[in-house]
Amino acid sequence: METASTGPDRAVARRLNLDPAAVREARELARRAGQPIVDMARTHTTVSVERAVLRLAGLRGADEDGMPWVNRLADAVRRGTGLERGVALPAWDALLSGNYPDLGALARAAAAGEVQFRIPDGADAHAARGAAAAAAAGGIARIDAQRAAREAMIAQTSQPRMPWIYLIVATGDIYEDIPQAQAAAREGADIIAVIRSTGQSLLDYVPEGATREGFAGTYATQENFALMRAALDEVSRELGRYVRLTNYASGLCMPEIASLAGLERLDMMLNDCMYGIIFRDINPRRTFIDQRFSRQIHARAGIIINTGEDNYLTTADAVDAAHTVVVSQLLNEYFGKEAGLADSQLGLGHAFEINPAVPDSFVLELAHAQLVRELFPDAPLKYMPPTKHMTGNVFAGYLLDAFFNLAGVMTDQSILLIGMMTEGIHTPFLADRDLALENVRYVREAAGRLGESFQPVPGGFIDRRANEVLGEAVRLLRRISAEGLLEAIADGTFGITRRPADGGRGLDGVIEHADGYFNPARDILEGAQRNLPGDTPPAAMSEIGA
Amino acid sequence: MTELDQPGRPAEPQIVRPYGDTTGDGRVQVSFTLPVPYGTARQRARAEGAALQLAAKMGLEPAMVVHAKGIGTDFTFFIVYGRVGHLVDLSEVIVAEREFPLLAAAEVNLRIRSGLGRKLVVVGACIGTDAHTVGIDAILNVKGHAGEKGLEYYREIRVVNLGSQVAVPDLVARAAAEGADAVLVSQVVTQRDAHIANAREMAGAFAAAGPRRPLLVVGGPRFDPAMTASLGVDKVFGKGTTPGEVASYLAYTLAPADSIGVGA
Repeated sequence: METASTGPDRAVARRLNLDPAAVREARELARRAGQPIVDMARTHTTVSVERAVLRLAGLRGADEDGMPWVNRLADAVRRGTGLERGVALPAWDALLSGNYPDLGALARAAAAGEVQFRIPDGADAHAARGAAAAAAAGGIARIDAQRAAREAMIAQTSQPRMPWIYLIVATGDIYEDIPQAQAAAREGADIIAVIRSTGQSLLDYVPEGATREGFAGTYATQENFALMRAALDEVSRELGRYVRLTNYASGLCMPEIASLAGLERLDMMLNDCMYGIIFRDINPRRTFIDQRFSRQIHARAGIIINTGEDNYLTTADAVDAAHTVVVSQLLNEYFGKEAGLADSQLGLGHAFEINPAVPDSFVLELAHAQLVRELFPDAPLKYMPPTKHMTGNVFAGYLLDAFFNLAGVMTDQSILLIGMMTEGIHTPFLADRDLALENVRYVREAAGRLGESFQPVPGGFIDRRANEVLGEAVRLLRRISAEGLLEAIADGTFGITRRPADGGRGLDGVIEHADGYFNPARDILEGAQRNLPGDTPPAAMSEIGA
Repeated sequence: MTELDQPGRPAEPQIVRPYGDTTGDGRVQVSFTLPVPYGTARQRARAEGAALQLAAKMGLEPAMVVHAKGIGTDFTFFIVYGRVGHLVDLSEVIVAEREFPLLAAAEVNLRIRSGLGRKLVVVGACIGTDAHTVGIDAILNVKGHAGEKGLEYYREIRVVNLGSQVAVPDLVARAAAEGADAVLVSQVVTQRDAHIANAREMAGAFAAAGPRRPLLVVGGPRFDPAMTASLGVDKVFGKGTTPGEVASYLAYTLAPADSIGVGA
């Protein structure tokens, strides 16, 4: 079997004369802009980080109103002792001293107001720490086992060749999604993404169980994850090709969703450092703290993250704002690596969104796509199709999608989200999806080799444009690193919205650590990271041989 | 100006047919999928026959299946050209009159700029015990809904989203403090008609607060647009409302165009 890699199948061709000093400066500035955010994230926790600890320790289920027991327990601990030292110490102290058979029993008693929480010390604290660490280790062990299971499945089936074809299903009903996802895989999809119900990102709890109703999407729940993964395993064996499953670790429950993804073997997760802030008005601090923990989980689980830079281009002009995409990618790269992700797990996003009426629009797209490819040669880049300039003329849209596919093939993009000619009109028909797959298959077969002969003239239009965007990105990064990232976000630098550091949803769930903060899951995740040399992530992926 | 607009041309016919390449040829093209297999020769013949039957029932006769392709094992996709026998009587066409024109984002911004001369301020909230912000967020968040960006995307609209479970007195006070031109309230929970009671309470509170109240807009899946007067609000948006409709309504109502030609 040929070597499997999540980077491009062959070494990335160097086609541009990018100024290496500018590339180095861009990365250094991103680090400088991101460092204070990381410092903040290291010294703060959130209600969702603490709930994720409880989920990793195995606490599942919900009360009769559908509120998860992790919420009920974390809320009770917060009322009792606060969460400044973490949920684990008081929770496991109460578990041991109250002789509860398990966390579920403790959560039920706590919800009924029957538990007096305290911060233990001495031998009690030692015992609570030990029990909590063992419980968290159980969850991490399951994540490790799922990662091994993924590797085994790929060995048993095969690694699809790049670019991977990414398709979306979303009916709201998991039992409808499953046959649609299986059909899409049979039609050629390598990755199935189940879009979430509108607004799930704003729920401060993760719904429970298999769900059959959603708003324009299907709720992300642990049970739905497990059902879909099992269905895709079945179709992967049938096709002899490993079909990946994607969902969304974003919004107020990002750390919990990331944990559930690791536990149930999702393969890729949408996980952007700023998306929730800009597009969902989630508090910036909350987002950055949550994303650090969620990325530590993803790193461990061998999950590829997908970042959301394509979104900037749906609100801003794709030519004027091209450099904001690069800036966000560099920030996502810095935050991702700091949290332990390998290059091969950084599915940085970008998009084909230039107005087709702009002269040389396709050539500009090539310049942007090639720039991103060369800035991140080892990352499994995710390239998003046109949405903004899809007009309802499905025939013209089909042509635009073909040009998108061509740009993707010529510039060695790793993951192609399939463009639908019905974009913005309605949920794709079965036939729309089939035509979209025919489009990408044609381009891949007809022009797969074109990349090897694609060599822009040095100093020519493409080369100049790529350097121009890089230069603009460096200038913006200089401003951000001088001003501070939180301040830049507050000023409306990304997207077009101003998001002050103390505004937005979820700020009340942010808690500064007190002395003696204890998070057994984080200790394991960061311990693994410390024990490895250099910038190798906690789990250098074997899935991903390279 | 096209030939059709030239004076002296005969009156436009009231009865027309589709135009393929000759006046009156009635030619159209359609595509559709049937849940029939396209595997064996017999299955293929049957699938094409099924497509022609559907075409005939749609009024396409003669019709020709120019393309058929199996999708998976159970479906077939068809492209059909044919001559449709139906006549279109233009005198029977009814053009639904919307009370306000649907505007693109740039037009909304322009209209606010020229008509109001400042940003239009919108305060949004879910009131009462309703914690379901999905509706108000779909209208207000940049993310938007149904392929349309939310009101935050409009440069000339300033959005203050108060979130869920906002008490009516707080909403009234905040609207005054922000200088709200419009207040948007979303209600999803409808147990014991809570949405109606809450909307009336809100309208009453604004009425009591003084004569210069902001435009009051309520929305939610269970609201009936005919309830506007009985609720005491200015506008009710029902299920399926998009941000663009709300933005257009606000611009139309709060930033009246003094020029002609808007909203044909």
